[in-house]
Amino acid sequence: MKNASTKKQRKSFQLFLYILPFLLLVAVFSYYPLYGWVYAFYDYRPPKPFSQAEFVGLKWFKSLVENPVKVKQIIQVLKNTFAMSALTLGTSWLPMLFAVFLNEIRCVPFRKFVQTVTTLPNFVSWVLVYSIAFSMFNSTGMANTLLMNLGIIDEPILFLQSTSHVWFTQWLWLTWKNLGWAAIMYIAAINGIDDELYQAAKVDGANRMQLIRNITIPSLLPTYFVLLMINIANFLNNGMEQFYVFQNSFNKEYIQVLDLYVYNTAMGSGSYSVSVAISMLKSVVSVVLLVGANKASKAIRGESFI
Amino acid sequence: MKKSKTKMKQSFGDRMVGVCCYIIFILCALVCVYPFYYIFINTISANDLSARGVILFWPQGIHFKNYVSALQIDGLFQATFISVSRTVIGTVCTVGASAFLGFMFTQDVWHRKLWYRMMVATMYFNAGIIPWYLTMMNLHLTNNFWGYILPAIVSPFNVILTKTFVESVPRELQEAAEIDGAGTMTIFTRIMVPVIKPIMATVAIFSAVNQWNAFQDTLLLMTNTKLYSLQFILYQYLNQASSLKALANSSSGGNSLAAAASTAQTATSVRMTVTIIVVVPIMLVYPIFQKYFVKGIMVGAVKG
Repeated sequence: MKNASTKKQRKSFQLFLYILPFLLLVAVFSYYPLYGWVYAFYDYRPPKPFSQAEFVGLKWFKSLVENPVKVKQIIQVLKNTFAMSALTLGTSWLPMLFAVFLNEIRCVPFRKFVQTVTTLPNFVSWVLVYSIAFSMFNSTGMANTLLMNLGIIDEPILFLQSTSHVWFTQWLWLTWKNLGWAAIMYIAAINGIDDELYQAAKVDGANRMQLIRNITIPSLLPTYFVLLMINIANFLNNGMEQFYVFQNSFNKEYIQVLDLYVYNTAMGSGSYSVSVAISMLKSVVSVVLLVGANKASKAIRGESFI
Repeated sequence: MKKSKTKMKQSFGDRMVGVCCYIIFILCALVCVYPFYYIFINTISANDLSARGVILFWPQGIHFKNYVSALQIDGLFQATFISVSRTVIGTVCTVGASAFLGFMFTQDVWHRKLWYRMMVATMYFNAGIIPWYLTMMNLHLTNNFWGYILPAIVSPFNVILTKTFVESVPRELQEAAEIDGAGTMTIFTRIMVPVIKPIMATVAIFSAVNQWNAFQDTLLLMTNTKLYSLQFILYQYLNQASSLKALANSSSGGNSLAAAASTAQTATSVRMTVTIIVVVPIMLVYPIFQKYFVKGIMVGAVKG
């Protein structure tokens, strides 16, 4: 009996050795970089090696709240981050509405077609989105040609260099890219609604809008709630790719969100240590938000999403 | 979606709802399709017209020289090679690793739960791009093709996807093989892989799209122009209008003077042609494999 259990143990350890190389990859690419947070406490200036860097304690963290130039910059960056995330949160019901009304289309081929073409933008990269934006909205692009032909403007508008409505136009591009894809979750949820509910309501004389308001939308609210919590957990994580490709020297002030600011601080101005300090703070706040949103989800809906 | 067998007469209000839906969704479809169409018709139109931006709804002066000239642009062929290589190699590695790990995490592995949690946890935190970049630098993965591949091999999301799928496979299948004396590796290659092929296809599609679209890793890791991906080259073209014109002229060779204005390369034509070259693989793959994408997001929603 004892022999069998040691044999079993040996086998389980042997299986562990099979997955060990993959675990090492996880350790190296996801856990080891955490060690890089120590850069925030040193005066690290590449290409000088890290071993020669001077320990400065909390100097960089203090500079984030004491240096007036930096404080002004950071306030603007936070404003941008909050504005973009708030726009996304405030319109997070759009995919649900999209799915609900798409479901009202009776012609199946048309519905399939709409679903296919509206999810397509999700699968092109941000560089391509920018290329599309560039092609359509530069001085000889389709938008300017059309407006000039119609006699609305005499001179081309430089849409991409514009400093007004940067938050809103970025939100528009994000929505263009994501709306159809985000709706898929809701479309699947609608398919799961019991048809008898609709039949019963119809017998009672409910019209289409009443069916939507009283059956479809209430059935989708749980899904909406979970996705909303995930959105809240990601409040500070706007990603940098979108804003990096759309940024230029004109709109930089309004387009720099935290993720992009972290990148620009290190790669643009070479302040690696400050950049690491900021991203460290960001990570901590993000984890707190995630845990908080998860707790809220547990309290209100009785299930967690982590 | 709801098919009511009994055709009831629709009220006026209901019909209005229907009409409004059609109008809204025709607009949505147009907004999503037109940009791609606009760029495509410009690449096959006369280049002097496309540079002035007068091509709006249908192509004029159709020619396909732009695609021929694109082949001669410096670096574009190399970038295509890099993009295709990283997509193929990266996808093979990710699919293999996801299938293997998805299977192994259902087996009796020493401290399995701990390792699984350790992997899943990485979905919820990250050290930030600068520490990641410095790690890659220490590992000599900057300016190294493997910098594209190695970090992407273990993707927690894909492992969870496959694990969920493996768990739905009847346990008896494995037990029967065990009685016949098959080892764990034999069970994986002979029994499991054929059964989990659908989810492997899903993972392959996700991974291939990610690799093809990746931009940030080139931006951070690569300074050697030989390792630039197509996405990165396209980004450079968008930001270097003036040098692009020189590039366009040199690519049409010594006879640029002789070339007719309608087919001589312009900054606009190069940009748009490269855009189409970058987007076509996605356009071809996406509609065919749409059901796999949808399956992926639905299984992923049921957390592991």
